[in-house]
Amino acid sequence: MKYLDEYRDGDVAQKIVGEMRRIQTRPWVLMEVCGGQTHSIVKSGIDHLLPEGVELVHGPGCPVCVTPLEMIDKAHAIARQPNVIFCSFGDMLRVPGSDGDLFTIKSLGGDVRVVYSPIDCLKIARANPAKQVVFFAIGFETTAPANAMLAWRAREEQVSNVSLLVSHVLVPPALEVILQAPDNRVQGFLGPGHVCAVMGYSEYDPISARYQVPIVVTGFEPIDILHGTLMTLQQLEEGRAVVENQYSRVLGREGNLPAQKLVNRVFEVIDRKWRGIGTIPMSGFRLRDEFAQQDAEKLFDVAEIATLEPEICISGQILRGIKKPHDCPAFGTLCTPQRPLGATMVSAEGACAAYYAYGRHLKPQAAETLSQIVAASSGSHQGAIANGQL
Amino acid sequence: MCLAIPGKVVDTFDQRGMRMAKVQFGGIVREACLEYVPETQIGEYVLVHVGFAISRIDEAEAERTYQALRDLDQLTELESPVVEEVEPGGYRQ
Repeated sequence: MKYLDEYRDGDVAQKIVGEMRRIQTRPWVLMEVCGGQTHSIVKSGIDHLLPEGVELVHGPGCPVCVTPLEMIDKAHAIARQPNVIFCSFGDMLRVPGSDGDLFTIKSLGGDVRVVYSPIDCLKIARANPAKQVVFFAIGFETTAPANAMLAWRAREEQVSNVSLLVSHVLVPPALEVILQAPDNRVQGFLGPGHVCAVMGYSEYDPISARYQVPIVVTGFEPIDILHGTLMTLQQLEEGRAVVENQYSRVLGREGNLPAQKLVNRVFEVIDRKWRGIGTIPMSGFRLRDEFAQQDAEKLFDVAEIATLEPEICISGQILRGIKKPHDCPAFGTLCTPQRPLGATMVSAEGACAAYYAYGRHLKPQAAETLSQIVAASSGSHQGAIANGQL
Repeated sequence: MCLAIPGKVVDTFDQRGMRMAKVQFGGIVREACLEYVPETQIGEYVLVHVGFAISRIDEAEAERTYQALRDLDQLTELESPVVEEVEPGGYRQ
């Protein structure tokens, strides 16, 4: 079945790109917000398929990347303690702090475990009542409901030996920081599909209106990204700036209401520091005071550790769409996924790590063939064409 | 990180008051929490992020997205260790 889809998809992609060429009258710079989208774009070569003058820059939506080094050092300080079982999503394990990573700590005898779901920590805590189980609760809005459930169930089930080290960030304040910068280049956004599956997208309306930028909530497959790019271009060329939803087969305007309810019950909004960017007002979550017993920062006396990022690293400009990875003199030489210097190299979803993984070391390479690019998707987009939406 | 993987709900059960499901992703079956899509029934398809169903989708969409994620090498989180409920002092993960 997949072979047929691949064949049809090539046609869909060509129609979408052809339509971009037909309507485009000038250069535009668009930003895909989410690291998953960045990975998809770089892996499939979508950026090279777009018409000349339609540029995709890569946004800050990689939670592993933007988790500040101080927080990583704090996690490591807790993980090194002898009575602690430190639990994390797998992609945090390789992120280096000032002194090694979680793998190093594990190899030195620390009890560091990868969990699939935050609520796995409840089982681990019940099985190990003499240990403190600490979960590294990072993420954007997509992950907040899962992390909120861990805090909520720990309190409800009175599992007293489980806590969360929370480093949660929010997308809309970061978009405002990007748009407010004097050197901003971004003229339209491909919005983060799964963040909006949880939160809905009405909170993007004021941003779109205030800064007059189109925001098109977009999925993650190559065809989704092409389609979201076309929808954004259509708005720009028509002089419109509204929030639209390319990913309507998965989400609606209101998002997931039960998830939002628990997130708001457990977390409150605070200022957060973003690696590479700095502190952004009201841009993240912490646990509410009533969850103090689940708050690892309150339970473990871990002093603030001052950390310095290498001066050569330009990840802050990359996260804001001002520069690309190969603009950096350290990219692929001093800075690699094995020895990352900064935010955008520490996770596979970071722009630098994606460029490195897919051979974008020096300059843009030729795109893969169209059929390869779109091998991953098909289906509903046929309907969009049939309905005259493209 | 904000990845969500589509799967088919093949069973539902109660875990200490939480509505849970067994969800099939290709050849792998994992547990997922249904608290955020409580109306989901056996046989339906959901998008699962870090063990939580966050959205219901139709079968064709699920099939297509799963293939796409596989082609993009984005299914590795399904290989994370399974944590079984054990008594204190029992065999650990």
